[in-house]
Parts: sequence; structure tokens; C-alpha cells
Amino acid sequence: MSFMSDTSRGADEALVTVSIARPSDYLALLKPRVMSLVILTALAGLLLAPHPLHPIVGFAALLAIAVGAGASGALNMWYDADIDAIMQRTRKRPIPSGRVQPHEALAFGLTLAVLAVVTLGVVTNWLAAGLLAFTILFYVIVYTMWLKRSTPQNIVIGGAAGALPPIIGTVAATGQVSLASLVLFALIFVWTPPHFWALALVKVAEYGRVGLPMMPNVKGADRTRLEILLYSLVLAPLGVLPWVLGFASIVYGMCAILLGAAMIFVAVRVYRVRDGKAADRCAMQLFGFSILYLFLLFILIVGERTLMIGMGWAGWSFG
Amino acid sequence: MNANSDPRQIDPRRIVLTPAQLKARRQRNIAIGLAVGFFVLLFYAVTIVKLGPGVLNRPL
Repeated sequence: MSFMSDTSRGADEALVTVSIARPSDYLALLKPRVMSLVILTALAGLLLAPHPLHPIVGFAALLAIAVGAGASGALNMWYDADIDAIMQRTRKRPIPSGRVQPHEALAFGLTLAVLAVVTLGVVTNWLAAGLLAFTILFYVIVYTMWLKRSTPQNIVIGGAAGALPPIIGTVAATGQVSLASLVLFALIFVWTPPHFWALALVKVAEYGRVGLPMMPNVKGADRTRLEILLYSLVLAPLGVLPWVLGFASIVYGMCAILLGAAMIFVAVRVYRVRDGKAADRCAMQLFGFSILYLFLLFILIVGERTLMIGMGWAGWSFG
Repeated sequence: MNANSDPRQIDPRRIVLTPAQLKARRQRNIAIGLAVGFFVLLFYAVTIVKLGPGVLNRPL
């Protein structure tokens, strides 16, 4: 039996394969952890609209955006199955482990992508659906198929796909892009490089083995540490902007200042501690803290807006 | 008489699914059924929310 398939007894073993994939394998193809961040950031975009959508329409829009993100993940895993099979971090994914066949993942991803875009267009508007389609195509074609294997700026440019959900959320609710959604886009966009490069510093050997041109592999660890610090210095004030511009409260503002200071502190440690296991530990701390940083900021925005809408203050500004 | 001429005869070359394959297929079928059912309910709810009584207000 090939490691890629489960061949049935009593048939031509070279030709007949029957899937052993369970629903949980298909769920894994959607990258649920990435989806959770997409749901949170898109929800923030939805709630920042002056007149939020009806909850059921909002739920349908959020589901469509989340499924679109999941479809991108499935198509990414389909294309990257060759390198996923080699890397320790990804070799247990459904395709390299043989539980899902590549063509099954491709069909699953394409079907969900079309379904998500059409659903978002029908329940909200076609500008939002177009943006979702653009996000999926950008992530799969521009990032996965092109940039990822060709430039150390892969996750910088590719990060735009991950940063678009707040804009899609706002456009779904209002039909147009707002300043608030652009700020949230910038926040995620600038957050992406220090987040991924922290991991790349630790996994440099693995990325080298599969030939991915991540920043530490191409420019070296020292240059990566410097760039992580520079991006973190830009990120911290960006995180405070929602309060400065009046679409988040002073509670959010104070939390963003504290979290931004902590982000810079951890990035400085990554910059200074460069050798041995201590350096890896610092990088992994930054990786973990960066996730906490973004989740907390968006949870604060979502929490505040939910409270305001619940109290009938939608459209009210903190400014 | 061979398997091709008598439809009641079980073709020995047929695919025999293993218990693991049968279980996985059943789980996938249930998941697809639930997903389709949920999708139908979601579209029904969105239609009622967006159109309300207007769902019946159309030229005949």
C-alpha cells in the first residue's frame, strides 16, 4: 500500500483508492486557528460599521469570510504538500500524512472558495464578495504559488491577504471602505512580519532543508532580528491609532499602549539575545506574544463595539 | 456463467471497503448532510431577514 492512499482489497491495487479521510481531516485543511483570527478581525470590521448588519446577515457574512479563508488554507495545503511532507511542523497535515488525497483537497478548496464568494455576494454585496475573491486569489496564487518560494519578502507582501478581513467585514456592512478598516488592515499587515520571522528564526534549518527563502535563510539571523525590531516599533503606535482616531475607547488605548510596549520589549530581547537556546526561547516568546497581542487588541475592539451596539450606541464615536 | 452475465452474482473483483473506510465514508456523509442542512436553513433565515413579507410581493 502506498503511503498516500488506502487501497481496497479485492481490486486492482494499483488503480483503486478509497478515501479514509474523516470530517476532522477536512476541517484541518481549513487551518482552524488561522480561521479563528480571520473571524475575529472580520467581526471587528463588521462591528465598526456605523449601522451594523442584522445579526443573522452578519453571521452569514462572517461565515462566508471564514469559509473563504479556510478555502485558501486548503488550496495552500494542496500546493505545498511537497514541502509540508518534509517539515517537522507540517508533516502531520492531512495530505502529507496520506489521509486526504491532493485532488480531494483541491476540489474541496475550490468548491468552498466559490461557495464563500457567492454566498457573501448574495447576502451582503458584490464589492465585499469581490474583495473576498481577491483575497483568496492573492493568498493562493501570489503568495503560495509565487512569493513563498521566491523572495524573503514573501510573508511581508503575502501578509496583505491576512490583513484584508477587517476591510471585507466593513465593506460587507456598508458597501464602502472606511478609515477604521484601513487602520485595522495596516495593524495586521505590520504585525505579520515580526510574527512569522520570530518562528522562522527558530525553524531556520527546516526552512533551509525545503529551500524556502525565509528572511533568516537569505539575509541572516541578525538582519532578521533588526527587521523584527523595526516592524515592532512601527506596530506599537499603529496599535494605539484606533483610540487616537476615535473608534476605540481610552480603555483600549491604555491596553494598546501597554501591549505595544511589551511587544517592543520582547522584540528588543530577540534583538539582543542571539546565541544558543536562550535565543530560540526569546524568538518563540515573541511568536507566542505576538499572537496574544493581536488577539487581545481585536477582542477589545469587538467587545467595545458589541457593548455599544447592545446599548443602542451604534454610530457613536469615542473621539 | 460468469459475473458479467448474471447480475445476481457478486463480482469477486468488486471493491470491498475496509471497516475504516466504511466508517470514514459514513462520517463524511453525515458531515455533508449536516452542512447542506445548515446551509439551507441559513439561506432561509437570511431570505426572511432581508425580504420579510416582501418575499411574497412579486409579479405573478
